Amino acid sequence: MASDGVKVLGAWASPFALRARIALNIKSVAYDFQEENFLVTKSDLLLKSNPVCKKIPVLIHRDKPICESLIIVQYVDEVWASGPAILPSDPYDRAIARFWATYIDNKWYPCLRAILLPHREEAKKTAALEEFNHELALLDDTFIKCSKGQKFFGGDKIGYLDITFGSFLGWIRVLEKMGNISFIDESKTPNLFKWAQHFSADDAIKDVLPETDKLLENNVHNRRVLECSLLANTIDHM
Amino acid sequence: MAKGDVQLLGAWSSPFTNRVQMALNLKSIDYEFIEVNFYSNKSESLLKANPVHKTIPVLIHDEKPISWTKNGQPILPSDPYDRAIARFWAAYIDEKWFPLLKELGKESGDETKAAIMRKIFEGVGLLEAAFVKCSKGKEFFGGDNVGYVDIVLGCFLGWIKVTESMAGLKLFDETRTPGLAGWAERFVSHNAAKDIVPEPHKLIEFYMMVQAAKASTG
Repeated sequence: MASDGVKVLGAWASPFALRARIALNIKSVAYDFQEENFLVTKSDLLLKSNPVCKKIPVLIHRDKPICESLIIVQYVDEVWASGPAILPSDPYDRAIARFWATYIDNKWYPCLRAILLPHREEAKKTAALEEFNHELALLDDTFIKCSKGQKFFGGDKIGYLDITFGSFLGWIRVLEKMGNISFIDESKTPNLFKWAQHFSADDAIKDVLPETDKLLENNVHNRRVLECSLLANTIDHM
Repeated sequence: MAKGDVQLLGAWSSPFTNRVQMALNLKSIDYEFIEVNFYSNKSESLLKANPVHKTIPVLIHDEKPISWTKNGQPILPSDPYDRAIARFWAAYIDEKWFPLLKELGKESGDETKAAIMRKIFEGVGLLEAAFVKCSKGKEFFGGDNVGYVDIVLGCFLGWIKVTESMAGLKLFDETRTPGLAGWAERFVSHNAAKDIVPEPHKLIEFYMMVQAAKASTG
């Protein structure tokens, strides 16, 4: 059992669970990882730990559950305060980091989902792609302001925004491979392109960031599971 | 903290603006309130301050940071676990529960409305349990003092009362949810909130005016 009873209920393919793992890695905190097959059944421990939302990730620390990925990241930052800081110390910089994290989850992530879902109409697909590219361009610009010339959104080391956005890198790569298209690319988003290389190579990230091929397999399988459980009569077969 | 150092762009009817006002009041921070009529043209200062979302509220603060340890009581609890719980309930209220009230306002079919009402009441049940757990027998979610969850939920009290009067029911009822019923009374009388939470009749007037404006622009 990990030191101090730290456990993460998650799924290897979930970007949200990845956030919790990255935060713990940054703080060099050992933890047990319990894989939840959340598309099929939810474990008793998950249902007991997160009865309100019944979702992963859940961090269990000293038998107390903490839910919601960004809340977990902030909790880890505060409890293991002696490790490298995840949120900036300056209140204004913290506010900016939180603003963009909320933006990524509430505005950018729905764009990612819109592309992952099968589209019946070409026009809707094109519109979804355009919006996605527009949002990435905005984040590329935001990177310049936040990084202040350094390698990460958080400056010289991985911080809150790096974790929030970087947890989606695996899925962005899946979309690129599936669509034979480049989203994070040297010419379109040069800053994010360099950032992605630094991020993926970082010690806190490299062993937990899922491989594109494995996710691609996973996405095909998961889409079949989801589609088969839909009652709607329009099912997109791969 | 001089008034000129802190400006708040917002609207009296917006619960999100009200939140910031309450937080500033708790910290006894003077500020200049700049009313933005966000249903008509958005002011230049708003568009400059929030080019991404173009929404209120926006807090504009000069260089000096506000140190929370020096100004008034803390809004978030000091214990990391309690902070995580406070953030969780704040996220639940904003992302799951309050949107149901907004949905209710838009829906016209009886069956759909009934389904939304059921979810609203389920949520109220969860919030009552949350209040009991967080308050630990004291007056507010934050304990003895108004804290983060109090502000997040409390800012909606005006609109909650509007929903109650328009739907003809009580959400925070003395029998079913005694914790929340008592809390709501205490919160609206608290110094941080009492001049901020708008009166329901004013909100109804405002709501009618916005609906009329939307109808006339087709």
